[in-house]
Amino acid sequence: MIIKQLSVFLENQTGRINQVTDVLGKNGINMSAFSVAEGSEFGILRLIVPDPEHAKEVLKKNGFMATITDVVRLVTPNTAGALAKALNILASEGVFIQYMYAFSAGETANVVIRPNNIERCSQILKEHKFDLLKADTSYQI
Amino acid sequence: MIWNQSCECMSREELRDLQGKRLREVVESVYNNTPFYKKKMDELGVKPKDINSIDDIVKLPFTTKTDLRDNYPFGLCNVKMKDIVRIHASSGTTGKPTVVGYTKNDLKNWTECLSRCFTAYGAGKEDMFQISYGYGLFTGGLGAHYGAENIGASVIPMSSGNTDKQLLLMQDFGTSVLCCTPSYALFMADKINELKIDKKSLNLKIGVFGAEPWTEEMRKEIEDKLGIKAYDIYGLSEIAGPGVGFECESQAGTHLNEDHFYPEIVDPATLQPVTDGECGELVFTHLTKEGMPLLRYRTKDLTSITHETCDCGRTLARMEKILGRSDDMLIIRGVNVFPSQIESVILGMEEFAPHYKIFVERVNNLDQMEVWVEVREEYFTDELEKMLALKKKLSAAIHSVLGIAVPIKLVEPMSIERSEGKAKRVFDKRKLK
Repeated sequence: MIIKQLSVFLENQTGRINQVTDVLGKNGINMSAFSVAEGSEFGILRLIVPDPEHAKEVLKKNGFMATITDVVRLVTPNTAGALAKALNILASEGVFIQYMYAFSAGETANVVIRPNNIERCSQILKEHKFDLLKADTSYQI
Repeated sequence: MIWNQSCECMSREELRDLQGKRLREVVESVYNNTPFYKKKMDELGVKPKDINSIDDIVKLPFTTKTDLRDNYPFGLCNVKMKDIVRIHASSGTTGKPTVVGYTKNDLKNWTECLSRCFTAYGAGKEDMFQISYGYGLFTGGLGAHYGAENIGASVIPMSSGNTDKQLLLMQDFGTSVLCCTPSYALFMADKINELKIDKKSLNLKIGVFGAEPWTEEMRKEIEDKLGIKAYDIYGLSEIAGPGVGFECESQAGTHLNEDHFYPEIVDPATLQPVTDGECGELVFTHLTKEGMPLLRYRTKDLTSITHETCDCGRTLARMEKILGRSDDMLIIRGVNVFPSQIESVILGMEEFAPHYKIFVERVNNLDQMEVWVEVREEYFTDELEKMLALKKKLSAAIHSVLGIAVPIKLVEPMSIERSEGKAKRVFDKRKLK
């Protein structure tokens, strides 16, 4: 399932990530996934939040530059080989992954994928009966 | 050693007579041949006949870099183009370079000045010169080249860059005199250490360093690391190029070749002459130049002058090390950089907000400049690669204007202070005093 991810531009300086989480916390915005892409002197924070458009406005008001990006959200069983199976299929279908991040809790593992062709990626996973959560529930992980 | 005893050690009275005579000639010539100067002198009500001695120089108009730019490229040429045999140029604020033309005589006099410099450093026929200043429009390479040939030395026309090859030839050819910017000399010295090149395999004796400001500390460091004696050479393309001034073995200031270029120090605010030893802006008047003679050219360099005879026997005036510049031009690794050049590149790209900061410092004795700039929100993307590509695009655009590579740092929106008045854009953290 295609969902909206919030991306935030950050300079690499101590305490800057805290300021983002602080702003979100004070505005009652709960993050369900969080990852950092790091360049030499800046980074890009990637977040899954319940209402990305609202969160973007909140961050903007507080001086942050943010943008919304489509990503694919995939849930697999938290067992050995489950992710490999999904990725093998994507690779064999020629889907290139620009970046991804994953985490597991209890029975399930959650994967956020940014492929080169998002529609196709979503389609392939659906055809192979991978559990792609619907947008309304997917922001709560 | 002294190359031209009769000129370099002439009595002050004789020198002043010679300067007065040459000034009359040059004023007569520019008044009749360069409309720019006729107009300027007419505005001040000065005629060539009013110039009877060197003291009358204060009656003459000043010339600024802006005048050179306004008359780009050959408006200040005082001879017909057929008499110009060489053209050099340095970078300017608007992307248009400052152009200078030389006649055959001008090149001969310039070469004479450089011969005086090299001889003062103790170099001669036996020496192997490695000229690691850039060759081309920049005056450094070709200027030093002809001077070194003129004293009968062997010359390796290396130009700048390609450090590995520099060091290879330095060892294999037995370079004894190295000519380059002081920061590049230190860079090479560090490379020699890094590559564990045995200093005994080198034949280096003398370093001729200029084209950028440097400190006594740097001199000591270069001398220790390379096992040489390091000398300052001063110049600017508008006046001739390297060789306007040089240090002698006493190293008690930089001698100015004032039989060719008459130096004055003026208060940059009032433009009134100041006394010996007092700091002000260095101003030169060409006394022998034919191609593009300038009257009272304001160098923007801040220094002081003494006319006392030096221990070396030369009577030529000596100036102190340059303290700084009276305008905002930055000299980065010998290259003139104007913040406005960087500004115009940033303003020309819609991906970036029109606010920036320039940081300059010395890291491992090399000038480092970094430009901070904000990406506009519309161009912010989630993909690191695209953001890095934005950086590269700006970096390439600045490189093509300045001719030097400048790292870019992308910063958060609104993180650079907005200012209604004159914003502080440049943070030069180099310590040169």
